[in-house]
Amino acid sequence: MAIYADNAATTRMSDTAVKAMLPYMQEVFGNPSSLHTAGQTAKEALNSARETVASCLGAEAKEIIFTSGGSEADNQAILTATAIGARKGKKHIISTAFEHHAVLHTLQKLEKQGFEVTYLDVHENGLVTAQEVSDAIREDTCLVTIMYANNEIGTIQPIAEIGAICKEKGVLFHTDAVQAVGHLHIDVKAQNIDMLSLSGHKFHGPKGVGALYVRKGILLMSLIEGGAQERGKRAGTENIPAIMGMAAAMKEACDHLEENHKYVSHLRDTLIGELSKIPHCALNGAKEPRLPGNVNFCFEGIEGESLLLLLDDLGICASSGSACTSGSLDPSHVLLAIGRPHEVAHGSLRLSLCEENTMDEVMEMAKGVADVVALLRRMSPVWRDLQEGKRNYVIQ
Amino acid sequence: MLYSEKVMDHFRNPRNVGFLEDANGVGEVGNAKCGDIMKIYLKIEDDMVKDVKFETFGCGSAIASSSMATELIKGKPLSEVLTLTNKAVVEALDGLPAAKVHCSVLAEGAIKAAVKDYYERAGIEYDKTLFENCHSCDHCCNG
Repeated sequence: MAIYADNAATTRMSDTAVKAMLPYMQEVFGNPSSLHTAGQTAKEALNSARETVASCLGAEAKEIIFTSGGSEADNQAILTATAIGARKGKKHIISTAFEHHAVLHTLQKLEKQGFEVTYLDVHENGLVTAQEVSDAIREDTCLVTIMYANNEIGTIQPIAEIGAICKEKGVLFHTDAVQAVGHLHIDVKAQNIDMLSLSGHKFHGPKGVGALYVRKGILLMSLIEGGAQERGKRAGTENIPAIMGMAAAMKEACDHLEENHKYVSHLRDTLIGELSKIPHCALNGAKEPRLPGNVNFCFEGIEGESLLLLLDDLGICASSGSACTSGSLDPSHVLLAIGRPHEVAHGSLRLSLCEENTMDEVMEMAKGVADVVALLRRMSPVWRDLQEGKRNYVIQ
Repeated sequence: MLYSEKVMDHFRNPRNVGFLEDANGVGEVGNAKCGDIMKIYLKIEDDMVKDVKFETFGCGSAIASSSMATELIKGKPLSEVLTLTNKAVVEALDGLPAAKVHCSVLAEGAIKAAVKDYYERAGIEYDKTLFENCHSCDHCCNG
């Protein structure tokens, strides 16, 4: 039996989500824009899904736009806020060095168009402080975009504090909450969030669907022109089955949030404790505040891709921030942002858990990782040099 | 799958992995910063590779390339060892993904570096043009 521990990449769809989707493929298949009964029945379903998603976030239904996923929502939020800013001559953005590429690449595109971006340091613990955000805000700042929780190392940012500062200073605040929704309690009003991106497949919903929360009063700019769907802000016939699946999964996740958080955090802490016994390894990012399912370690003297392949042979599905797994020559920008040197960042491992994992699996993974790390170290010239004192350990 | 069955076989069951106490030629190429280091230990007697071992820090294809390269030179005369190309390693592995071909280049480079080290240690005159290519991967890293 395979152990799936890559839930930050994607999750298995829940039965609830699958069941919620099925009727909208063959029974209720109408186009919500059609006036006939078949279309209007679909429209009612769409409205109910919007209500569900909104209520899970403490938002109003009209503040929710369905998108193709988290990346589209991030793009639309950032491009909207900066277009609003540019009209007022405000072309400064504040973000962090370890955002998801959907945010980072959008910001890089804006930099080429004359915007200036301040990338806040996330420190060794993987956290920014509200004070640092406050200090970075200028007269011409039009947007603060900071992720709710990091996808690689799971650290949770002080979103409510940042929201309060942005509100006080009159700067729009967007958060990429793709890893947080369904796993952490979110209240966009209490936390003063202006825009929030989420993705269905990170909480047992379907892929290819997400949403953007936009506080009422902010005029959203559309990325896709066409029909008047989503109040004219996102053209294209709505993906009703996926939206229904996402809404059902989100409701289920929010209804069981506290019990899941408690259970998964316990698994996480046990796994962190077990893996910490391996010599010369280090947890990446602060232990708290951390997503309940995130475990991310660096192991000195080995490389992540070979670690993943051998774990896969043991039936353990994990991920790594090594260059070989990122498809580039550099290891993960997140690990570099928290100050891990290249050679150590190549030896990273992320195990991301969910409520479907068990304590038996945690113990099996701990043993599997320890065995594979030892095996790879035995064939590593770097490890030999470290052991023989010819090279200094980065991780003590 | 990312890799051919041959690559996976040499990755899962690497041949000639380890360290040679009495090596008389050792070559190391790569850079931990780039995520690949290969070290080849040669025991050369009568111009023949009597024994060879490797140690590799790197991805699956780096380990498989090292394993295959050592198999290709074991028991061979040095004249033949010096004709080993990365292409021969790739072919013997039934191919490598384009992004991983540099692993085979490293394997060729590590073996040549070990032979060069043998020549230098033994005070044997050699044709320096055979070792002109720099097989370190520094050029591909951002400093």
